[in-house]
Amino acid sequence: MTEYTTNNRFSSFSFIIPALVIFAVFYLYPFFYSFALSLYEGDGISTMRFVGLNNYKTALCLDREWWRSMYNGAFITFLALTLQNILAFALALGVNKTVRTNKIYCTVFFILPVLSEIIIGLLMREILKSDPGVFNQILGKIGLGGFASNWLEGEKTALLTTALVHCWRGFGWAFVIILAGLQTIPEQLYEAARIDGANAWHKFTKITIPLLMPVLSLVFILTILGTMQVFTMILALTRGAGGLTEVPVMRIYNHLRGGRLIGYACTEGVVLGVILIAVSFVTLYISKQMRKHYGVLPN
Amino acid sequence: MYYQTKKIIFLLVLHTFLISVALSCIGPFIWMINTSLQTETEFSDSHGLKRAESFNLSNYKKVLVDKKLWVYFLNSLFYTFITVTLIVFISSLAAYAFSRLDFPFKNTIFLMFLTAMMIPLPAGFVPVYVLLNKLGLVNRVGYVLAMTNMGLSLSIYLLKTFFDTLPRDLEDAAHIDGCNKLQIWWNVGLPLTAPALAVVIVFNALNVWNEFVLASLMFTEDALMPLQVGLMEIYNRNIIQHTLVMAALTIAAVPIIILYLRMQKQFIKGLTAGAVFG
Amino acid sequence: MRFYSKIICLIVVSVLFVSGCGKKPEQQNKLVVWHWLNDRKDALDQLAEKYTEQTGIEVEFKLFFPPDIYAQKVIAAARAGNLPDIFGILAEKLTIASFVQAGHIPNLLPYMNADYGRWKNSFYPQTLDVVSFQENNTYGAPAGIYGVPIDTAIMQFVYNKALFKKSGIDPDTPPTTINEFINYANVIRKDSHVYGFTCGWGESWMLNCLVTEWAINVMGEEKFLKTISGEIPYTDEEWIEVFSLFEKLRRSGILAPNVTALYNKESEDSFARGKAAFSFNGSWSVNVYRQLNPSLDYAFFPLPAVSTKHPVKVWGGGGSSFMVNAKSPRKEKAINFLKWITAQQQQKFLAKETNNLPAIRLSKEDLPEMLQTTIDDLGKSTHPNVWPHNEDSRVIEALNKGLQQVVMGIKTAQQIAKEIQEVNIRVSK
Repeated sequence: MTEYTTNNRFSSFSFIIPALVIFAVFYLYPFFYSFALSLYEGDGISTMRFVGLNNYKTALCLDREWWRSMYNGAFITFLALTLQNILAFALALGVNKTVRTNKIYCTVFFILPVLSEIIIGLLMREILKSDPGVFNQILGKIGLGGFASNWLEGEKTALLTTALVHCWRGFGWAFVIILAGLQTIPEQLYEAARIDGANAWHKFTKITIPLLMPVLSLVFILTILGTMQVFTMILALTRGAGGLTEVPVMRIYNHLRGGRLIGYACTEGVVLGVILIAVSFVTLYISKQMRKHYGVLPN
Repeated sequence: MYYQTKKIIFLLVLHTFLISVALSCIGPFIWMINTSLQTETEFSDSHGLKRAESFNLSNYKKVLVDKKLWVYFLNSLFYTFITVTLIVFISSLAAYAFSRLDFPFKNTIFLMFLTAMMIPLPAGFVPVYVLLNKLGLVNRVGYVLAMTNMGLSLSIYLLKTFFDTLPRDLEDAAHIDGCNKLQIWWNVGLPLTAPALAVVIVFNALNVWNEFVLASLMFTEDALMPLQVGLMEIYNRNIIQHTLVMAALTIAAVPIIILYLRMQKQFIKGLTAGAVFG
Repeated sequence: MRFYSKIICLIVVSVLFVSGCGKKPEQQNKLVVWHWLNDRKDALDQLAEKYTEQTGIEVEFKLFFPPDIYAQKVIAAARAGNLPDIFGILAEKLTIASFVQAGHIPNLLPYMNADYGRWKNSFYPQTLDVVSFQENNTYGAPAGIYGVPIDTAIMQFVYNKALFKKSGIDPDTPPTTINEFINYANVIRKDSHVYGFTCGWGESWMLNCLVTEWAINVMGEEKFLKTISGEIPYTDEEWIEVFSLFEKLRRSGILAPNVTALYNKESEDSFARGKAAFSFNGSWSVNVYRQLNPSLDYAFFPLPAVSTKHPVKVWGGGGSSFMVNAKSPRKEKAINFLKWITAQQQQKFLAKETNNLPAIRLSKEDLPEMLQTTIDDLGKSTHPNVWPHNEDSRVIEALNKGLQQVVMGIKTAQQIAKEIQEVNIRVSK
């Protein structure tokens, strides 16, 4: 169809020029600039001292708090991947069954993702604080007073609270996407399976799951991305609670603030970036394999 | 009869589950609105748990008479609108090329965008700010371009996968009719991706509307600040006025909820049409 | 390519539209000041107006929120080279030294010394120390005075007199030792069903001030400074004793719930509403308490001492200081303005309007009533900016986080001492 002349290829290339220019200026340049800074020490106001890979040595081998923040990030991501997405999946399955109220639920469940991280953080802080303890009072009123707890700074609760607030804010996205995926599965497939005598569980594992694979893999990637970038919500919610709820991006932000640790902050940024790239490519790879394995593609 | 009862029980359980989750979503939202309607003394007695008795709108008045906040509000609308428009055009052009056209290093460049989507800019906004200064772009243009960049990768990815699912027949027909590539993109590609564009619009509008760190770092003029900065300002006054803060939060949430409600049909359609099938 | 040009036109038009409000030309007669003092905003704006009336020079105070972002903003502006005429630096002394070394802020000593040092001598010396560098300092900055303080602050304990009376404790004798302090707090806590002690320990620097004061009281300033210079480890017995004070506070049950997650504003709010017997706060809080609850009956007192071996020092001297942009064409005008704002009349106005301690010596009746005795504590104040060394910010981070965890009951004093020392060794290479 298309003739592959030089001119033609150039005009094709020109389609991506605007994107490429913006990307190169606003992403690649800052990226390499940060990488260069990660080899230095100092505040960037007066001259900085070249320290080679020293910062990397610190971040990778010595800085326990950094790995603790990585653990916190991973924990929240894990809960988001499992709890949040299972909840979203269950809700989507449920809503898919109800035809009439479908739209209302779509709207209601999507209210939270629409609000900004700061709003959610401040709101939940006001509600969860021990003083006045709005949430604890509610628990008491519905007879669950025994569960009242120090939600924002307990050793066991702080991180869990943060993760749950995050999941609660984020499930709307997963819900909308999974529901959309469910609605693309043709009803005839289920009909045919029913005639073949398949029970609900079989239909779920042999039709729903395989056909939803691409959607689920997108949800997984979006979840990982969304979770690893969260920090204003946590800042508003707990202020880090003595490191208990500190996540990598928040730590980077804190190190940038004083100005003296900019080189180290860049190092942390690069380390985090590399880890995230690895995780995301593994996710992409797995989802590709899964789709190959099931052999069903919607397009 | 047996099946009927079973079905009713099933629906009952189902709706209880759905409604309880829905309540947990609207609950805090209602608490926010309720608090915003209370007076400060009412709030310190009941912490927003009782119904606002006076239905007092003075908090909203206080927020709305602040001229500065109106400027911020209009700025936010403006940034959101321009950024989203730019993203829509730039990303759909690129996505079309990645999906349909052939040029050198196509896969490498696409992979690059994909990678960028995965990782937040290391060390955040400081390099961007220094760069904008060098370019003399510490103004609306710089902010819009930086924000455009933030949404670009994911949008290209979403649109490209959507283009991949579309049949090529229409485009071939247009080609035979003598349209060039750009005309094909404009007349055929863009309209066909409308549902996917709805997803891109909602996603990016949310991002831009809620952004605040870059804006407060780079802007010095009140005339340029977006609404989120104004919210921070109200929250950081030396006395916390809970009810006032809640009124401001409510006002800030309204436009984006309206946008979502307006786009919802398209948005859901976009998702359903396979916009997000990776 | 007609369509292509259409798109380009669209983009160009929108860009033009966007840049419609471009940069205004620089005004020779206008000074721009960046600040973070939200509670003093109105008073500063009024002063700016007055200045314009008197001299015809326009002054614009620009307020930025929150202080976190403000601090980053100033540093980013310095890197990018577009600082305003006047600004404050919210960072440790080493960073101020960097500003000096990079030529961003001029040495004001010649101006201070002019006229037989009239300007310089008007200040409380402690306030100038905070923005000065001595000869041969370890920060690598040339000696001089690099900022103009516009007020002073001292960290103090506050107590609620009304709650004291209710429990039958003499409201004019605040506790002097830590045991007394804990006892009083506990008695009041039980009598009035309030919290014993609240503080904004979610903002870790509030913890840092207190631990510094107690450390100096327990081991003396000399030994404390030796720790910072690396001669004494944080695992020293006396340091563990200091850390265990926070364990003691926790065990005594006087701490407000969520104390390590509280913003200072939140703790001010609860103290002002009479929900806590004691708090620890800066002298600026007078303004806040007055706005929150004008009838609050309270008073200040310095640190409840742990030991009698060494004198009590309080964190203070450093208030808000402004620096001048050395590269601004309006440098001289900026310095004149700062001279004006630190003159008697303006300082009286600020002290009265904002209830803060002035930077210059005023007679006692010109000070805010609540602070007339507090000013005496300025003589025993100390501040990181006057120490020969600054602790590395990573050690401070570890210290603050460690203390938060002690207060939460997650770690013991020994554990955090070990951890802080580990970081200390790591960064002092």
